[in-house]
Amino acid sequence: MKSLAELQEIRNRTLNNITLRKEGADEIRVVVGMATCGIAAGARPVMSAFVEEIAKRNLSNVTVAQTGCIGVCRLEPIVEIMMPGEEKVTYVKMTPEKAKRVVAEHIVNKQIVSEYTIGAAN
Amino acid sequence: MDMVRGHVLCCGGTGCTSSGCEAIIKEMEAQLAANGLEKEIKVIKPGCFGLCALGPVMIVYPEGCFYSRVKVEDVKEIVEEHLLKGRIVKRLLYQETVHGDDIKSLNEVDFYKKQKRVALRNCGVINPENIDEYIAFDGYKALGKCLTEMTREEVIEEIKKSGLRGRGGGGFPTGLKWQFAYNSKSDKKYVCCNADEGDPGAFMDRSILEGDPHSVIEAMAIAAYAIGADQGFVYIRAEYPIAVKRLQIAINQAKEYGLLGKNIFGTDFNFDLEIRLGAGAFVCGEETALMTSIEGKRGEPRPRPPFPAVKGLWEQPTLLNNVETYANIAQIINNGAEWFASMGTEKSKGTKVFALGGKINNTGLVEIPMGTTLREIIEDIGGGIPGGKKFKAAQTGGPSGGCIPAHLMDTPIDYDSLIAIGSMMGSGGLIVMDEDNCMVDIAKFFLEFTVDASCGKCTPCRVGTKRLLELLTKIVDGKGTMADIDRMAQLCYSIKESALCGLGQTAPNPVLSTLRYFRDEYEAHVRDKVCPAGVCKALSRYIIDPDKCKGCSLCSRQCPVGAISGEIRSPFVIDQDKCIKCGACKEACKFGAIYKK
Repeated sequence: MKSLAELQEIRNRTLNNITLRKEGADEIRVVVGMATCGIAAGARPVMSAFVEEIAKRNLSNVTVAQTGCIGVCRLEPIVEIMMPGEEKVTYVKMTPEKAKRVVAEHIVNKQIVSEYTIGAAN
Repeated sequence: MDMVRGHVLCCGGTGCTSSGCEAIIKEMEAQLAANGLEKEIKVIKPGCFGLCALGPVMIVYPEGCFYSRVKVEDVKEIVEEHLLKGRIVKRLLYQETVHGDDIKSLNEVDFYKKQKRVALRNCGVINPENIDEYIAFDGYKALGKCLTEMTREEVIEEIKKSGLRGRGGGGFPTGLKWQFAYNSKSDKKYVCCNADEGDPGAFMDRSILEGDPHSVIEAMAIAAYAIGADQGFVYIRAEYPIAVKRLQIAINQAKEYGLLGKNIFGTDFNFDLEIRLGAGAFVCGEETALMTSIEGKRGEPRPRPPFPAVKGLWEQPTLLNNVETYANIAQIINNGAEWFASMGTEKSKGTKVFALGGKINNTGLVEIPMGTTLREIIEDIGGGIPGGKKFKAAQTGGPSGGCIPAHLMDTPIDYDSLIAIGSMMGSGGLIVMDEDNCMVDIAKFFLEFTVDASCGKCTPCRVGTKRLLELLTKIVDGKGTMADIDRMAQLCYSIKESALCGLGQTAPNPVLSTLRYFRDEYEAHVRDKVCPAGVCKALSRYIIDPDKCKGCSLCSRQCPVGAISGEIRSPFVIDQDKCIKCGACKEACKFGAIYKK
């Protein structure tokens, strides 16, 4: 160890891997409905697509979590995105392709993909 | 890079290892692979979470679910339900965290709510075998700050201002100790860590070394910088194999990163660290004996002064601190002395880790601010006494400490108030006793330990404790006289005054404090030949109630010494001369006709 900068670099690098265990304020949460209805409708590949896409883009402040059924089974797979200081956005009838677009437009560029949201489906 | 969306933390402390966490981790990895989750979910083996009574425990992030008493058969369900489908397996959750449909976060559970984790901050959170995780949680930042921004005097001043006192039991101000070692002029100085934790029931040092070994390494490097040393030794007992292994891994990683070795952080500070294993002698936890043992000689204490800060290892100035003391250092440097001094009481700052054991629901490790009362520790954090039994006393300080009786339960726990009531902080073992414990028997247990552990160098300890034990045995056997009690007290004071080292000087404490608070129990043994708690075998008798006995002869067939006789269908009798008080008859009786008096 030759300098403080070197230490800081290791710190930053590792922080990415352990953010799950830290309680961060700037954290974005992607919650996938994975009850029986969600799984039957194909939530599993949707979640995998989120996980892969987020990894590909090296987004360390995003966690992907699962949840149960929120009651609108006919619109599964349902994915909710929660960003600090913003209303949560609910996407419905998701597919792996849609997931990729949501990551790129919503999570990275903060543009909600309104055509996939629950409002558009009604 | 694969994105990991979940972390499964399986406690890998000694407690959970003995309740089978290795098999669980293996099964977890197999199940994850079977479900194709091995790239998404990472399994981590951190140190102790503190709730050893519930082991093996498992925490799943990001949800923070706390599963307790996990069995190998449960792993499949956790993987398939929770990790694959996102449905938390409620039946396996620590029940304190479940409230109807709500699941509380772990930090809101009674056991953790009143705790303040400073020394244990990383235990159960980071992977102890990965230096990067320690660095990510601000590890080695304090060392960097000391080396690049602070002078040696400033470091010592900061520790002094924090009010930190030695956590090994003595309670000597740590900053002052550093100052003494700094003041000694020599071209070679040493820094040592006392990890020879030998008190029965105490395991906080083990837990820190298992869960956060780098915190000790970093603090030792800071201490070395402050006093001007370049070589350190960690003296750890060989009975702690997991702690030794993890510490060695940590030292190797620190060396690889250049955090130990030459020119640390590009400065001219060099520091090297080595492990020395203790061979299991309790006396080697005493500082002079410890250093003699590191030198390769027989571990025996020597008179002080000269104190180690003047003449220690190989006659050179040496700084010796306990594991838990070191675990606080980096936090003090990072957060400032004022932060540390804001916790605790006027004369005892910061927090203290206690190992809760004995008759208590939440056996485990707790860290509380100084000044918390014994009642809070036992009732709120410890979850009370099993079976609704009555609290009788708590023993602190192991074989050097004493008992705190029920009427002093509201005493704030700090160094000085514990000494004032005849006990001591000690390294932090806290053994809870209920109405079924005999205090004379407890005193005898601790004294047996000291007699066994005495190194034999000085007469008061070698012979005195042996005589003291003989007197106690006499009382426990129902052969004591009232004069014996007074003679015991006198002998205690002589040993305290004349023994060479801390071991002998504190050995009579368990006897003295039980005499002080439970003299009536001693007198009952002597005068009435009765053990009130029914523990002492020689004074207890098994009796058959003739009204309840149906004369089935089951007891007489169970009795290993043939002490029970009688006619079928009429009451049986126990021959007290033959009875060895094993209790087999009482367990065998189907009518509850046999009782112990």
